[in-house]
Order: sequence, then C-alpha cells, then structure tokens
Amino acid sequence: MTDFATGILWIVGSSFAFLAALGVLRMPDVFTRMQASTKASTLGLGCLLIGAALQFADWASIIRVVSIGAFTLLTTPVSAHVIARASYRADVPLWDGTVLDERREAVEQAQPTGQPEMG
Amino acid sequence: MLEFGTQFALVTLAAAVLVAVVRLVRGPTLPDRVVAMDLIGVLVVGLIAVLAASTGVHATLDAAIVIALVAFVATIAYATYVEKGHPE
Repeated sequence: MTDFATGILWIVGSSFAFLAALGVLRMPDVFTRMQASTKASTLGLGCLLIGAALQFADWASIIRVVSIGAFTLLTTPVSAHVIARASYRADVPLWDGTVLDERREAVEQAQPTGQPEMG
Repeated sequence: MLEFGTQFALVTLAAAVLVAVVRLVRGPTLPDRVVAMDLIGVLVVGLIAVLAASTGVHATLDAAIVIALVAFVATIAYATYVEKGHPE
C-alpha cells in the first residue's frame, strides 16, 4: 500500500517538477518564469518528499525529509519575492503583452515630469 | 508500481534539470539565470530524496539539506547583486 502511494506520489511530483522546468524554458519574461518555477517546484518537491518519507522506517530520516520540506516551503516565496523585486528595480524588461504595471503608473503619477525614480 | 514510479521520477527529474540548464545557458538576463539555478537546486533536492528513499542510503539526505540551504542563500546574494545595479 505504501509502495503504491509512493509510486503515485513520485510520478505526480516529478511531472510537476518537469512542468516547472518547461515553464521556465517557455515563459516570455523573468516574472512569469519565476511564478512557474516557484509554484510548481514547491508542489512537485512536496509530493516527492512525502513519497520519500513514506518509504523510510526510522524517525531520523523522516524528520530530515520533513525538515527539508518545511524549509523549502518557507524559503521559496521569500527568494521569489526578493528576485522579483530586484529584477523590477533593475529595469528588466517586461513581456510585450503585459497589460498592467501598477507601480510604474503610481510612480509616474507622483512625479509627472522627469525620470521616474525607482525606489 | 514503486519500481515504475522510481524509474519515471528519476528520468523525468533528470530531463527537467536538462531543460532548466537550457534556460540557464540562454539567459537572456541575470535574473533569468538566477531563477533557473534556483529551480535546478530544487530539482536536485528532489532527485536526492528519491534516490535516498529507493536505495535506502540515508546519509545523502544531509546533502539535500545542505543544497537547499546553499541555494536559498545564493539566490538572496544574487538578488542583492542585481539590485545594486548590475543587471547583465
């Protein structure tokens, strides 16, 4: 029973991980790539780790696997946020089809003349 | 089912790492490469977890913990570098 569950979880998890990699390859700009990477890789890694935890019999390994999962769930949103903020402030170009950039509109409204200050 | 699941997961994760390496090489900007590198770190952690569970070698889980930690710190460091004004 646990073997069957582990097999299913590993198939689902590795499929999600592959979809994340495919999204990183195919998405048009860095922000869309990042959301494909973070969301799908968190879900994929979660499935892989749960499947691995079902296979271990000793508590030491289970605690290690769970701590890897908890750490990844904590750090992935933080690193995604930091990279998104950094690349926005470094003026990395958005995709041509972008329809809404609220921060740039707000900055230009605050100071209509001259170069908008990216702070 | 476990046999097939293990084989499928290992092959698919290896293919995912290759696809992410294509993005890492292509760029075009530094944040793209940082995102690809972060994804490769996550994929390698998953690969190590599957290998450790299927072979029963528990010691490799420590390597997975270290890779997860180092990938996070590297991403934060690169973000600081990009934000200081070196986008290329």
